Amino acid sequence: MKKLSVKSVVAIGIGAALFFVLGKLVIPSPVPNTNISLQYAVQTVFATLFGPIVGFLIGFIGHTLADATSYGPWWSWIIASGVVGLIVGFATMKMDINDGIDTKKIVRFNIAQVVAHLVAWGIVAPILDILIYSEPIEKLFAQGLMAGTANIITTGIVGTLLLVAYAKTVVKKGSLNKEN
Amino acid sequence: MAKIAILSYIKRKSPVHELTGTTKLIFFIAWSIGSMVTYDTRVLVCMMILSIAIFKISRIRIKDISVVLGLAAAFVLLNNLFVYLFAPEYGVELYESRTVLFTIAGPYTITLQQLFYHLNMTMKVFCVVPVALLFIACTDPSEFAASLASIGVSYRIGYSVSLALRYIPDVQREYHNISQAQQARGIDLSGKDKLFTRLKNSVAILLPLIMSSLNRIETVSNAMELRGFGKNKVRTWYARRPMRRNDWLAIVSVLVILTVDMVVTFWDGSRYYNPFL
Repeated sequence: MKKLSVKSVVAIGIGAALFFVLGKLVIPSPVPNTNISLQYAVQTVFATLFGPIVGFLIGFIGHTLADATSYGPWWSWIIASGVVGLIVGFATMKMDINDGIDTKKIVRFNIAQVVAHLVAWGIVAPILDILIYSEPIEKLFAQGLMAGTANIITTGIVGTLLLVAYAKTVVKKGSLNKEN
Repeated sequence: MAKIAILSYIKRKSPVHELTGTTKLIFFIAWSIGSMVTYDTRVLVCMMILSIAIFKISRIRIKDISVVLGLAAAFVLLNNLFVYLFAPEYGVELYESRTVLFTIAGPYTITLQQLFYHLNMTMKVFCVVPVALLFIACTDPSEFAASLASIGVSYRIGYSVSLALRYIPDVQREYHNISQAQQARGIDLSGKDKLFTRLKNSVAILLPLIMSSLNRIETVSNAMELRGFGKNKVRTWYARRPMRRNDWLAIVSVLVILTVDMVVTFWDGSRYYNPFL
């Protein structure tokens, strides 16, 4: 494995802290007993900026800390959280936000996040739940579908807006013109 | 500030606190694996009794963790409810027999097998919860990174974890400040606004938070780079303590428990203990 750079190490740490804090917030959603999970919007933005390994570890560490300090870790969902960052990070690896953002990049980011959430909550989490906790399939897929859809909507709206807003703040290369 | 239920390190003098972080981490991981693998009622009962015993030894009081316990209970209750709603006959399938106690309505009958399944599922969670909570409550966060490194995790990742623990309060404070400032400007996140507006409003809080976090990443990583972080293959930790007799005792006993757990669980070729056949 390639060694993590110092910047990645810090990005994981602070990203995981963000994931933790946002995960603990209660922002009511229209469906009772579910909250809007803003942490995935931030996680996917970080995965886009810093790559798949950082994305994975932000989800994994952040979710583990959040679970362990509230009701004991639920491993299947923790791993699924990591997978979201991993997939988005891989899909956007060749994409550099620092030289501006266009429709193509936004579409790419959104396809990546939809696929990531579908894989994480529709495949990884339920399968691990069956293996570990042996819960009935019907319940798991219903649950996965609910969580997945909510996360796709949140990440799609909030994540995209964040990415666009971030790209606007970066000073582009060659933005200075020589005056005659 | 909105009160968030967070469990943190509780400093006390107890045999559990005196164990090194490494021991507690190994114990916690082995215990989690043990409880995840098994669905054998006999094993689960033993593990639950043991975990309550460890809890007693640790001198952590129920009062210290009552909020967290309440959350865990609510979580398990909700989970049980969902399982029952979606698959009221799951226990029957699993234990291959059917003893109807009474019928509620339609397909929702209460069978002994279903109740037994729910009992097992609940026990599975509650034999990890005390150990997980103890792990958080009895391990000094500064020792945690050292213990991750000593079980073979790359010290860079260990350092990420301790950075996360270090910056959680800062990020929380910052979020609070930004959200108050934005609320003063009329941006609302509560249930009063429409969903889309609420999501859009959250960007107004998240963007400054992300920008300041990126700045922080820049500052901290520059500082670490200047001090030569990551130059060597290994690293020493100030908080690391030497292993003592009790540490080895704890590690050996958890490994024995894990082995017995596996043997008893898979002795008859099935993960489940079936009293109905």
